[in-house]
Amino acid sequence: MNEQLLHEVWVYLAASPLAGLTATLVAYQIGVWAFDRCGRTPLVNPVLVAVVLLIGVLKATGIEYRTYFEGAQFVHFLLGPATVALAVPLYRQFHEVRRSAPAMLAALVAGSLTAAGSAVALGWLFGASERTLLSLAPKSVTTPIAMGVAEQLGGLPSLTAVFVILTGIVGATLGSSLLNLLRITDWRARGFGMGVAAHGIGTARALQVNEVAGAFSGLAMGLNGLATAVLLPLLLTLF
Amino acid sequence: MLRAITALLVCQLVGELTALVLRLPVPGPVIGMFLLFLVLLARRGVPRPLQDTAAGLLGNLSLLFVPAGVGVVAHLARLSDEALPIAVALVGSTVLAIAVTAWIMAALLRRTGRSGGPPS
Repeated sequence: MNEQLLHEVWVYLAASPLAGLTATLVAYQIGVWAFDRCGRTPLVNPVLVAVVLLIGVLKATGIEYRTYFEGAQFVHFLLGPATVALAVPLYRQFHEVRRSAPAMLAALVAGSLTAAGSAVALGWLFGASERTLLSLAPKSVTTPIAMGVAEQLGGLPSLTAVFVILTGIVGATLGSSLLNLLRITDWRARGFGMGVAAHGIGTARALQVNEVAGAFSGLAMGLNGLATAVLLPLLLTLF
Repeated sequence: MLRAITALLVCQLVGELTALVLRLPVPGPVIGMFLLFLVLLARRGVPRPLQDTAAGLLGNLSLLFVPAGVGVVAHLARLSDEALPIAVALVGSTVLAIAVTAWIMAALLRRTGRSGGPPS
């Protein structure tokens, strides 16, 4: 292949949304393959594998995130309809959900405050900057809510988006073993904990394990989004 | 399948518009989820194509977070400057939040004396 042709191929790949989209799917397939190869342990998280691979590619080629996202946005866009689709497991588990409503409410308030409070307290204890602390507070809820709340608090919305993803990966990776360690066997409680603490990525993990857990996790994600959007700005005005 | 996708998008769009018009702090898709839930309640059932489409989307839910995750690349400098506090805060708070939420929920559910395991 001569240099001219190589250059043309490079220009095409760098400019076409097809490359970013394909790279996203291939990287994720590699992540799933690694997950399967390692006996489907949650410690090998397909999202984490894919993200690390793609960042490596971007760094190595010098392609900007914005250029990559032009292709990847087609995958990103599906987050909206997928969130709506969570109504299906929720409906199928409705009688369980209705029976557990009072327990859910108490667990939601406690979990929501623990997530935000302990993130800020631990960050402060270990010397995080104020900007980082304010961006950490809403990190347990789904990205659009978290970014909105961060802006209200005076944090950096795009940094919050990063914390949201990292939180989800931590929750999906450690959640199952943690819940086993605590000997919590009730699928409703397990799913709800994952959804409150680790939003959609925790829900993706919960759905992998059990449909009841998935339904409660999806509901918890929605409820904690609401609770955090209302409680955090309110709390900040108190201090 | 096309009808199911259309239904999902309509719910999302109505959700987005509701959030916009009523100035709700909740994202459109979450409102869309509650809307579709109400529709399913009224219909007393999930149509087969919607069931399949939802299963397909949710079965690959974690893929959908990859593009946003790669956004980490824009913040690598701050992440490495404050690596320790950020790592402790993220891991610590996530572990605590899962533990507190699930523990309280399990304890309260146990008090009402019904198990969420398979029906015996």
